[in-house]
Amino acid sequence: MAPARAPDRLWFERIPMAWWIVVAVLLTMPLFANNFWLFQVMGWSFILGTIAVSLTFLAGYGGMVSLLQMSIAGLAGYMVAILGPSGTTSISLGLAWWIVLPAAFLIAAVFATLCGALAVRTEGIYTIMITLAIAAAFFYFTRQNYTIFNGYSGFNLVLPPQLFGVNWRDPAPFYYLCLGCAALCYGAVVYITRSPFGLALQGVRDNPRRMAALGFNVTAHRVAAHALASVFASVGGILLVWQNAQIAPGTIGIPAAIDILVVAVIGGIRRPLGAFVGAFIYVILQVFSPDILGTFGFSAERFKLIIGLGFLAVVLFSPDGVLGLWDRWRARRARRVDPLTGAPR
Amino acid sequence: MDKFAKTNPAWALVIALVVVAFLWLVLAPWPTELEAAIGRKRVFLNALLGGITLGALYFLVASGFTLIFGLLRIVNLAHGSLFLLGGYIGYEVTNYTGSWFLAFPIVFVAVGLVGLAMQRFIFAYMEGEELRQTLVSIGLSVVLADVMLWYWGGQSYTTLAPGFLRGPMELPLISSINTTSGEAIFIRYPSVRIWILIAAIVIGVAMWLVLNRTSLGMLIRAGVDDREMLAASGVRIQLVFLAVFVFGAGLAGMAGVVGGTFQSLSPGEDTRFLLASLVVVIVGGMGSIVGAAIGALVIGIAEQMGLVYAPTYSVVFTFLIMAAVLAFRPQGFLGAGR
Repeated sequence: MAPARAPDRLWFERIPMAWWIVVAVLLTMPLFANNFWLFQVMGWSFILGTIAVSLTFLAGYGGMVSLLQMSIAGLAGYMVAILGPSGTTSISLGLAWWIVLPAAFLIAAVFATLCGALAVRTEGIYTIMITLAIAAAFFYFTRQNYTIFNGYSGFNLVLPPQLFGVNWRDPAPFYYLCLGCAALCYGAVVYITRSPFGLALQGVRDNPRRMAALGFNVTAHRVAAHALASVFASVGGILLVWQNAQIAPGTIGIPAAIDILVVAVIGGIRRPLGAFVGAFIYVILQVFSPDILGTFGFSAERFKLIIGLGFLAVVLFSPDGVLGLWDRWRARRARRVDPLTGAPR
Repeated sequence: MDKFAKTNPAWALVIALVVVAFLWLVLAPWPTELEAAIGRKRVFLNALLGGITLGALYFLVASGFTLIFGLLRIVNLAHGSLFLLGGYIGYEVTNYTGSWFLAFPIVFVAVGLVGLAMQRFIFAYMEGEELRQTLVSIGLSVVLADVMLWYWGGQSYTTLAPGFLRGPMELPLISSINTTSGEAIFIRYPSVRIWILIAAIVIGVAMWLVLNRTSLGMLIRAGVDDREMLAASGVRIQLVFLAVFVFGAGLAGMAGVVGGTFQSLSPGEDTRFLLASLVVVIVGGMGSIVGAAIGALVIGIAEQMGLVYAPTYSVVFTFLIMAAVLAFRPQGFLGAGR
């Protein structure tokens, strides 16, 4: 996969051409895309991808499939709504953004660490069951608690701060905000997975007993992974609440928690890029399925069926997701030879 | 029990005192000071009975889940969907034929067939890949939920119980003493719920007997312990797997009929009951029928008591119980250590 490393090439020469094209398209997108495309499609893809990349980090590198990431994102979003200004003035404290944002990250991280400490007492499929149960409990709690989480209606009019005189909810600034956050999170995940901690985490994933015998604290690594992943999830959650300008228990329900897993798996849960690819596919399907389904005479609500079937197909036939399909297609292309001469084409 | 009392006399005393206090709370008429402190006895008894009958329903759903998990090592997250599917089919059958009892065998067969298809055509091909099986079951639950929403729509359905099961019945439990005449007033409770409780107990005992007293049960228990060894000794283990999966799925379907009578069916109930089975199985211990019964009882009572005495936080009670069990006994009350 990785190109051969030639020592005389500079670092930016080693990056394949396709990456430069993708970066150029993403950076110049506001020039040719309309506002709906920028704000709804791309913005939402980056947000979903950012939340899903936290799951990729946990599942792909830590071996812990957690359904809690949406709850953590939701908690960070809720904290922004509760501590900062919102339409529900009786609850929201209306603090300044430079207090609200660190507090939101911190609270979400504490929650993730506590839940992670509970979840790492179990392994594999047990982790899924327990995180699903915690996610559901958190959902019901936010729905029934009116003193802090404002129950069923949640918070509305949660707007990003007017920093540097820019309205960050305008399509182009919001697009760049999401792009920047997503790129940072992607870079951070890639960086962490190559750091000593990330390597130890992958060792814990592959053989916890051997890692324990080598002197690594397996439990601490796992809990720390949960805490780190919460940062990415919080970024996504805060962007999500700014994009929708509201947050309610429905945002963090069980279907939403499962959607994050679906997104990560469809794209390919082994690689951070998969989260963003999966998110893009998911959003495209969700946004455009009403039109497509309508032309075939189905109701627009059957979108979930398509997503479910697509997820099933991916899990059944390509466990490493769409990126895995792409890799295999490229490998087959590379192996193909000219039928007459036997020389590679 | 004797041994426990001899080795832990202090704990045995505490447990005995708690049991006696509980029996007194249930059986004796409450003095007025107590009623002033925590409310009427009728409310307490209703919450307790509600918890026990809800526990019976949870047991019906969770026992299939735990059986499938214990033997096949599949966390079937589509179990709640099977519950809801059973409920909907039961509603249709009851409406079409007018017979509530006919709904049970039909639903058992129909949902059992869905389970058969799931195990035979999907899960059997990825045996041993637990994570993938779980992901597949999540996909199946998404698909099933949407297909059911497509066909039955978003409204809620309630299956009507037959005439003789409707209405309340009097239980031999004193709710209060009439102050003027001195007569004891007994508690009245919906009879359909009492019958469901009895049915759940019968099914539970029957399952226990099959598991512990028959040769099929012997095969299943051997499979739970070591399925490779069982397969190596010439048992066609895939058939045993199939039978257990079909039975568990059918049981979830029948529980759906019960749930449709008892409460109502609507989209979202599938996740609710899936969550309930998860918590019950986590609390009771994975793969244990008796554990599922205990877990279901604990969760059912905690939920109903919470609903009556602390309505806002009833869900949190359930969660706290689960967290406490996980923290102190990760394998559940009766789960075997892994």
